[in-house]
Amino acid sequence: MATPVMDKVEAEAASSPYITATFRIRRFNPEVAAEAYWEDFQVEIDPKERVLDALHKIKWDMDGTLTFRRSCAHGICGSDAMRINGRNRLACKTLIKDLAPEKPITVEPIKGLTVQKDLIVDMEPFFQAYRDVMPFLVSHGNEPTRERLQSAADRERFDDTTKCILCAACTSSCPVYWNDGQYFGPAAIVNAHRFIFDSRDEAGEQRLEILNDKDGVWRCRTTFNCTDACPRGIEVTKAIQEVKRALITRRF
Amino acid sequence: MQIHKYDTVIVGAGGAGMRAAIEATKRSRTAVLTKLYPTRSHTGAAQGGMAAALANVEEDNWEWHTFDTIKGGDYLVDQDAAEILAKEAIDAVLDLEKMGLPFNRTPQGRIDQRRFGGHSRNHGEAPVRRACYAADRTGHMILQTLYQNCVKEGVEFFNEFYVLDQLIIEADGVKRSAGVVAYELATGEIHVFQAKAVVYASGGNGKFFKVTSNAHTLTGDGQASVFRRGLPLEDMEFFQFHPTGIWRMGILLTEGARGEGGILRNKDGERFMEKYAPVMKDLASRDVVSRAIYTEIREGRGCGPEGDHVYLDLTHLPPEQLDAKLPDITEFARTYLGIEPYTDPIPIQPTAHYAMGGIPTNVRGEVLADNTTVVPGLYAAGEVACVSVHGANRLGTNSLLDINVFGRRAGVAAAEYAATADHVELPEDPAAFVVGEVERLRDAAGKERVAELRRELQETMDKNVMVFRTEQTIKEAVEKLAELRARYRNVSIQDKGRRFNTDLLEAIELGNLLDLAEVMAISALARKESRGGHYREDYPNRDDVNFMRHTMAYREVGDDGTETVRLDYKPVVQTRYQPMERKY
Ligand SMILES: Cc1cc2nc3c(=O)[nH]c(=O)nc-3n(C[C@H](O)[C@H](O)[C@H](O)COP(=O)(O)OP(=O)(O)OC[C@H]3O[C@@H](n4cnc5c(N)ncnc54)[C@H](O)[C@@H]3O)c2cc1C
Ligand code: FES
Repeated sequence: MATPVMDKVEAEAASSPYITATFRIRRFNPEVAAEAYWEDFQVEIDPKERVLDALHKIKWDMDGTLTFRRSCAHGICGSDAMRINGRNRLACKTLIKDLAPEKPITVEPIKGLTVQKDLIVDMEPFFQAYRDVMPFLVSHGNEPTRERLQSAADRERFDDTTKCILCAACTSSCPVYWNDGQYFGPAAIVNAHRFIFDSRDEAGEQRLEILNDKDGVWRCRTTFNCTDACPRGIEVTKAIQEVKRALITRRF
Repeated sequence: MQIHKYDTVIVGAGGAGMRAAIEATKRSRTAVLTKLYPTRSHTGAAQGGMAAALANVEEDNWEWHTFDTIKGGDYLVDQDAAEILAKEAIDAVLDLEKMGLPFNRTPQGRIDQRRFGGHSRNHGEAPVRRACYAADRTGHMILQTLYQNCVKEGVEFFNEFYVLDQLIIEADGVKRSAGVVAYELATGEIHVFQAKAVVYASGGNGKFFKVTSNAHTLTGDGQASVFRRGLPLEDMEFFQFHPTGIWRMGILLTEGARGEGGILRNKDGERFMEKYAPVMKDLASRDVVSRAIYTEIREGRGCGPEGDHVYLDLTHLPPEQLDAKLPDITEFARTYLGIEPYTDPIPIQPTAHYAMGGIPTNVRGEVLADNTTVVPGLYAAGEVACVSVHGANRLGTNSLLDINVFGRRAGVAAAEYAATADHVELPEDPAAFVVGEVERLRDAAGKERVAELRRELQETMDKNVMVFRTEQTIKEAVEKLAELRARYRNVSIQDKGRRFNTDLLEAIELGNLLDLAEVMAISALARKESRGGHYREDYPNRDDVNFMRHTMAYREVGDDGTETVRLDYKPVVQTRYQPMERKY
């Protein structure tokens, strides 16, 4: 390590550049009005802060009725997927400086799920699709006394899809899902993939049959929106393609 | 108001709650109430690993693990409980593997293990590889695996239900649990859950600190609910400050980073831990490392223009190793600091991390009403509870272990109790307290704002009861907390609606944090010694003669309605290990 005197972060922090950014937020509260509308908030903020920090500033210091979900604040709990400047992202993982903050920053609920209040949508259909793909390990026969063995290569085979945090950013970015709520959606397929390609699992065939359904993987039109939206960097479209291929070859 | 009747009700769907639910659902009619969707729970944030002496990569055994746990906890650990933790660790890990958890593997295909702070071979000889892990996503994998198995077992969840009150019936001097009262986020409706057995698994309370690795939702609701009903809280002065939080933000960078070879350096590039812990160095226990960092900072060897942090240096580790073993934390550094950990050191500072104290339980997870009496039908497990396996300082990887071992035990015990017990009759008007609080806050017109009080709370806690404490700083905190609690009575909220009223719930959560902060400060003031995470500059030594005992804090309400915190003490269970000076 070079002898550190002042690093990048500190150099930037030394000149604390607060800016005023406009957050244009999609508001909706059926207790008050039937229609949704846009509301602008001017927020003084360090552009190195997160969109979640801005939402908190609004809620805590300007308008306590602004409603959204959040918990961990660093991109691992999956609570705060929203449409920011027209793209699905986690508010806690999106820095304001990366959003061209000279223009108004738009924040809307994710699409394809019923909006319940402001940025909160009904997650039930999303979780139902997940539960429908048998998202758990199935194995038969005698269990070993110790752990089952799995080679590092076999473990690596499904590593990418174990990263999913069920935030719904992918599913709610999919045009097929917007138009047809029956489609399982990318997140459910990702979670099926996670087990289909796990060498320890024995229910791959069953899961493939579920996904062979008319609302299954064949609906995917490979638009790559899901891959772009995934805050965990999962190659979602590739995973879906692998499931399609497994359905054709029945090899996985 | 709706009334539900179950055999077993579990409060919380993190690791402890879901591990309990998997057992309880097989044995009794069970409901899990959780304020977050299960997979949003903060167990998912855990990174580094879960301890178990599997001996997959080198010699190890559960007795060494027991000793390390007791020593790590600065001898405030109940030794019978630590022995159970270390012994059952092996099955706990194997159970998770059988449930499908994708652990990293050794070249032979076994569960891989790595080093972690305070875990040693043969009673402190050298670091040992005991932490089972899945990259730096171990908590995520545990949470997902347990949720997957809850889906498999058909566990019944009530998502986004906030438990706000514990129902206790006292008859013939015996306190019994009758159930809980919950608030449904979506509708604002109040639900009473009558249950033969209630298990608290509602997690920690770190949000009263500003720089913390804890989620916004870790507000100690469970601890506050039982405390308000006259049950004690144990060892609340012991809070762990993890050495490596991202500077100013508090986001955690796992100790696994040092387990993989990462080094802490001061502004001169010096590996300063060599001075403080010659054997374990960067892998000494967390309280030791956090104090060392602040000592470097105080003595002018901190980094940056304000000299207020030090570096975690990973630059000597091969990028492939960082990618394979520490992908998430290196991404945090890139995302939140714009730093490339391959080439640049990461600025860090200690971050408030883990509550060692909590609701006192025995090793079956039964909640205690005093030093010895259990509350029939009431259980607790996980970070909300104090068994106590962590004593004055928890070892890294022992909490993911705790939630699995004691989550399972509490789930089994609760369901077995429910199989033989009857429902306790509900009190008259069971929801009165919650309805009263909700209506008071909705109607309040006072001038105080929740966010402002919370900021002041967090500032006073960071300033006065963090890594270094003195009589003076703690007293300052106690006074400030009294002021904040008085001002809290004049809090008003802006959202008066019923649907998804998070404004209201943040106000309630703040009330819980204020209650618990006061318990912590008062417990800390009375403990005139230094032990584990509780370091008093005015009493820098451990005092086994006067303080080798657990603090038990009770809420007392005077005839005129004034509330005070009364302290009592409980002996530590010692079996085999005599207290020794702690050196790393
Ligand atoms: C960043 C980070 C990294 C960590 N890394 C490690 C590690 O590597 N190894 C290790 O051993 N430990 C680690 N820990 C500690 C460990 O992860 C936690 O102590 C543990 O996961 C807590 O689990 P839990 O089940 O008790 O609580 P949580 O997982 O926090 O779950 C709490 C649950 O309670 C629910 N709840 C809360 N309040 C209410 C209410 N009022 N009503 C209804 N439900 C409620 C929530 O919805 C949630 O489901 C780490 C902690 C953090 C913060
Ligand atoms: S708040 Fe947890 S992912 Fe953003």
